[in-house]
Amino acid sequence: MNMIEVNNVSMRFNMAKEKHESLKEYFLAAVQGKLQFEEFYALRDVSLKVEKGEFHGLIGLNGSGKSTLLKIISGVFKPTAGSVTVHGSIAPLIELGAGFDMDLTARENIFLNGTVLGLTPQYIREKFDEIVEFSELRDFLDVPLKNYSSGMVARIGFSIATVTKPDVLIADEILSVGDFMFQEKCEERMRQLMSGGTTVLLVSHSIGQVERMCDRVTWLEKGRVRMSGGAREVCDAYRALDEQAASAQRAAAKKPMEVKKD
Amino acid sequence: MQLLKAYAHDFWRYRYLLQNLIGRDFKLKYRRSVLGVAWSVLNPLLMNIVMVVVFSTILDMRGSGIKNFPVYLLIGQLLFSFFTEGTSSAMGSMLGAAPLIKKVYIPKYIFPLERVCFAMVNCLFSFIALILMMILTGAELHATVFLALYPLVTLFLFTLGVGLMLAAATVFFRDVMHLWGVFTTALMYFSAIFYDPLQMGSFTVGGTELNVSQVIRFNPLYWYITGFRATVLDGTGLTWSMVWICGLCAVLALALGLIVFRRQQDKFVLHI
Repeated sequence: MNMIEVNNVSMRFNMAKEKHESLKEYFLAAVQGKLQFEEFYALRDVSLKVEKGEFHGLIGLNGSGKSTLLKIISGVFKPTAGSVTVHGSIAPLIELGAGFDMDLTARENIFLNGTVLGLTPQYIREKFDEIVEFSELRDFLDVPLKNYSSGMVARIGFSIATVTKPDVLIADEILSVGDFMFQEKCEERMRQLMSGGTTVLLVSHSIGQVERMCDRVTWLEKGRVRMSGGAREVCDAYRALDEQAASAQRAAAKKPMEVKKD
Repeated sequence: MQLLKAYAHDFWRYRYLLQNLIGRDFKLKYRRSVLGVAWSVLNPLLMNIVMVVVFSTILDMRGSGIKNFPVYLLIGQLLFSFFTEGTSSAMGSMLGAAPLIKKVYIPKYIFPLERVCFAMVNCLFSFIALILMMILTGAELHATVFLALYPLVTLFLFTLGVGLMLAAATVFFRDVMHLWGVFTTALMYFSAIFYDPLQMGSFTVGGTELNVSQVIRFNPLYWYITGFRATVLDGTGLTWSMVWICGLCAVLALALGLIVFRRQQDKFVLHI
């Protein structure tokens, strides 16, 4: 059964050369016929199917559309064309602690963020100890979040987001936060979720991690699917790209520097 | 109908979020102030005293002819400040929620709704000031006081509708924020807060003579405030025109607000 179905999705952004944020500017530009948008496709005709219980990785260079795809799947963006279907509940971990209020304490934020993710206060109360235990921040519960380090904020965020048993977990670069001890703990927690039948979609720049954890991998390049398949195969191809780039660089370095003369 | 059903479903699903957001605003508003929530009561009370003194001594705006002027004035102030607070905070709500809605899917109308609810909570607290003032001035308590719920609820819906429209407009044009401030100031003088329109004379605009008490009928806020006064202060109950105008304005504003907001909401995330 496919948990996530992405069918021929394209996402177009209007990159206004200058954003018109006031009426005057807008009308002036409209009158002068300067209301031009540069169309930019972050995704073009992307299709993706993720089966139940699969650990799917998304790789690609910066700006290849990975995060845009995740945001479309989690409902933040509406695609310009194509359709997305997700079966079951989603826990989006696009950014850990999105929606934290830095003036509130960790305790208050756990409740606020939990409800952002659609949990009931009763459920959060039941799981409160588990969340705190996992984040290892019991001593700092009543400290406003603005006094936390970014790693501590991420710990709390991860603990809340994974306390439920979501059907689909969407994770954007989140495993790169925290110290290595916590990273291991996060990986462990994700495996636990997986064994409970959760489907995971992971974006990471750490190819080693992707290869280690994922079953299948999709490689995006400039908004299109370059390759999709088994983790080993795709990761090897992606690494080859790295070597190509490296050898190209070496070749460039070997060439004698051209000195411009006027 | 389908649309309303979808809204109701979302609302039910995210009711705890709404609760928590209101709770957050409340905590943050009074954090680090010694008197805390008491300010919700003290603030309108002190403002009221200032205005009573100003309008009954320095500028005699015919406040002297009005029965129980302090309470009359306070009702106008409270309802009007609910409207301005509700609309102007709803207006900025989408910008304020930017870090959140860029990362997680949440029905967007939650944010303007939350701001208007928060303004209502504040308004309800400040009714303690109204009760205090009524006791101090020895105002009679009428059985019609329960009818005050009608102008209050319809005013809430009206404010929500206006707030939704403003929130959608502000995402695309930040100018709206500045304009609205000016507009509400002008509106304040036209909502019969510190005068009785029947006592005001007429004024001329471009050669035609207009009566204040005639023109003010086009201001919905005037009807909410007058309706509230009629039930709480005068004990006369609501007239038919109060009932239908308050109701109609609320329904129209809300319907328009929901339509405008819904049309634009998918684009919000690209503009904030």
